[in-house]
Amino acid sequence: MIIEIIGSGCKKCKMLYDLTQEVVSDFGLSINVLYSTDINKIVNMGLISSPVLTINDKPVLVGILPSKDKLKEIISKNI
Amino acid sequence: MNIFYPVQLLADWLTYSIFNIVPNTTLAGVINFFIYDVVKIFILLSVIIFIVSIIRSYLPPEKIRVILSQKNKYVGNIIASFLGIITPFCSCSAVPLFLGFVQAGVPLGTTFSFLVASPMINEVALVLLLGMFGWKIALIYIISGLIISILSGIIIGKMKLEKLVESFVYEKIISRSVELPLITRKERIIYAKDYTLDILKKVWPYILIGIGIGAWIHGYVPADFLAQYAGGDKWYAVPLAVLIGIPLYSNAAGVIPLVSALTEKGVAMGTTLAFMMSVTALSLPEFMILKKVMKTRLIFIFAGVVGFGIVVTGYLFNLILM
Repeated sequence: MIIEIIGSGCKKCKMLYDLTQEVVSDFGLSINVLYSTDINKIVNMGLISSPVLTINDKPVLVGILPSKDKLKEIISKNI
Repeated sequence: MNIFYPVQLLADWLTYSIFNIVPNTTLAGVINFFIYDVVKIFILLSVIIFIVSIIRSYLPPEKIRVILSQKNKYVGNIIASFLGIITPFCSCSAVPLFLGFVQAGVPLGTTFSFLVASPMINEVALVLLLGMFGWKIALIYIISGLIISILSGIIIGKMKLEKLVESFVYEKIISRSVELPLITRKERIIYAKDYTLDILKKVWPYILIGIGIGAWIHGYVPADFLAQYAGGDKWYAVPLAVLIGIPLYSNAAGVIPLVSALTEKGVAMGTTLAFMMSVTALSLPEFMILKKVMKTRLIFIFAGVVGFGIVVTGYLFNLILM
């Protein structure tokens, strides 16, 4: 499984990346969370907000920085 | 009747009964003013941001793009500016938004109308204007903001500046429709609640500091003290206010209560409006980020056209509201 955060490199994107890493390690998963600043990836998916969180290349979170609980819920629903 | 009368009662009770400050002193005035404004602004922020977030959950930028790519030029500029009011804008999204709009066939001018209106007419600024200046000034701000974004977009569209957009942008055309994660009504309400709390968490220190300094100025700076430096008859006040506003973007929440106090002490209203528009619409970090997709000249033209519109608005209201 691949979890990736894609963003324009702004503060919100970095915070989402850190939060995702925390959640992944809370779940005890041994997954590498990827971080990309390649905006074209976002646009190619047809999206236009940043940051985006994808699980196996499917966007599950678009343009917001969720609370930790909300993020846990989203990740557990999609793995 | 003033719907905030109960807030005034609360402020009076806290000032005179709890803090035991002698009534009719400058200190009592300052403390009372501070409590009243803080409580009022936080009530307004909670209610209005919540409502705007609910509306917004139906209109994410991905949907707005579909709407805008189907409209002709002038109608597009107008709709883009109106949609900009309810859309949040974080400089994080400036680049994907620009790419996503242009590559889906939204005209350059329409895209710029949206890029101007979205940060300029935002709900936090509106609440603070409403709370500190009243509905008339808030309305003047919205209408002038809309006119500036519509006209800036039309002018930039007419100038045929597509060649100043980085060439890779036009190399690809993307599909306009996209499957977004579905949301239920319950999730919309949760989203709106979270978003409201999120904004409150982010802006409360600025608002407290802004209103705090504002309350101090309100009580201790002599009336009309600033008129000699920034009154309506000082020609340089408007452009200077616009220049000072450019690097202040992230502090819009603290800036508005502060300028409200400055206006009371003699800064002309048009100058104040121009300053607030500059704080919200012209943002240095956003310009830096936009360099990824457009040539520096286009950023200067964009800032120049919008800045000119703001300066004209400032002079205009200095004349009208004198």
